[in-house]
Amino acid sequence: MFDFGIITNWIHTQFTSVMSEPLAIFLECVIIGICLLLLYVIVAIIMIYMERKVCAAFQCRLGPQRVGPWGSVQVICDVFKMLTKEIITIRHSDKFLYNLAPYIVIIASVTAFACIPISRGLEILDFNVGVLFFMAASSIGIVGILLAGWSSNSKFSLIGAMRSGAQMISYELSVGLSILTIVVLTDTMQFSEIVMRQADGWFIFKGHIPALIAFVIYLIAGNAEVNRGPFDLPEAESELTAGYHTEYSGMHFGLFYVAEFVNLFVISSIAATIFLGGWMPLHLPGLDGFNAVMDAIPGFIWFFAKVFFIIWLLMWIKWTFPRLRIDQILTLEWKYLVPIGLANLLLMVIVVVFKLHF
Amino acid sequence: MGYIKGLFRGLGSLLTGMKVTFREFFTKKITEQYPENRASLKMYDRFCGELVMPDPDKCIACGLCQMACPNGTISITTETAADPQTGKPKKRLVKYEYDLGSCMFCHLCVNACPHDAIRFDTDFEHAVFTRSKLVKTLNKQQL
Repeated sequence: MFDFGIITNWIHTQFTSVMSEPLAIFLECVIIGICLLLLYVIVAIIMIYMERKVCAAFQCRLGPQRVGPWGSVQVICDVFKMLTKEIITIRHSDKFLYNLAPYIVIIASVTAFACIPISRGLEILDFNVGVLFFMAASSIGIVGILLAGWSSNSKFSLIGAMRSGAQMISYELSVGLSILTIVVLTDTMQFSEIVMRQADGWFIFKGHIPALIAFVIYLIAGNAEVNRGPFDLPEAESELTAGYHTEYSGMHFGLFYVAEFVNLFVISSIAATIFLGGWMPLHLPGLDGFNAVMDAIPGFIWFFAKVFFIIWLLMWIKWTFPRLRIDQILTLEWKYLVPIGLANLLLMVIVVVFKLHF
Repeated sequence: MGYIKGLFRGLGSLLTGMKVTFREFFTKKITEQYPENRASLKMYDRFCGELVMPDPDKCIACGLCQMACPNGTISITTETAADPQTGKPKKRLVKYEYDLGSCMFCHLCVNACPHDAIRFDTDFEHAVFTRSKLVKTLNKQQL
């Protein structure tokens, strides 16, 4: 597997050879920040295009087709349209919180995005409690959503934000439990280390039954966590116009929209990292030739292939099922997912203690 | 017990739904890309584009269609001439005028016709620059 750490170390030595160490680190941070935001935008654009195409295919349509080949320039045009639109200010709204809310959402999303190990040596935030940090960072977004609902002085926004709060705080628990199940199996919370442990088999194979249950729970809870259908009642179009971002326009709305899509990407990439081995190629023990061929494919291609497969799974779910009611959502979480998740955690502990895993 | 049964039944029904959409994902898409596919475009048989009279000889100029039309879309001009075979005077169709602009495609005229002389065609490209061009003479071939 090619180690991108070689390149980053080389850049670091080049910088330190011409300037002082703190200045070099500051410059590197700026460069990484720019790259991160660029990647963020590119991922968002690809996701929106994919969403429209996959949705269309599930509904027996073709999707965007006119702008550019297969409608590929459509989303870029939409982004420019969004950028040129006016940001209106709502009378009787809390101006400061109203303008702050989209940035809190986007900061939480970018911070969670930075935790993802894309390839070997391409981890931005990677330390020994990375899983905890990721959970904490991604939960900040809920504050932004609640603020957006409260400050825009609209009943639709407030109801949407309140639903969103109840839903996201509940489902955080199931996400945490299913990640914890894998942490029990790996005995590490560092994302790069979690990936390295899967060199001889992905955790969904190594942890067999409990890992599979945790994977399914993670997909359901993760889907609810990012407010996407069938759990999209915070922004249920038919009843709440657009939920918590009803009163937003222009790029402020765009930030909420982009954050929603990148959150889906983040949830999928964490699922790919902890269950499907992240950038780790598919290795079958005993077949050295096969393993060598798999190793020849670069890590980031493995990573993105897995992530987009999981995103496709989630889109499949979204465009299949009707929206749940709020009481049904809470019943699903508290009466089904949490008890199953806890029992599954116990099962995983038993599997690990008696060494029943591969 | 009912809890566990309900859980698995729920899972089963969710999987059924996912199977349906999965099949839909790979079926041929029904979107028609209109201006590009003009050559191969096939409209459905029951689509009503405009009224046509395939064989004007079938029309006996009875005027039932004109009376059935709620909009006054159809106007028939007739003349009475001696039938060459029997020599008796008989009504004959001179001009069958149909105003596409006021037609609401209700099919009452087609249903009223005792000899199936008129029917609806699937041709739908009717854009013209003046309203007068929408008034069509259906038995033009005869004149």
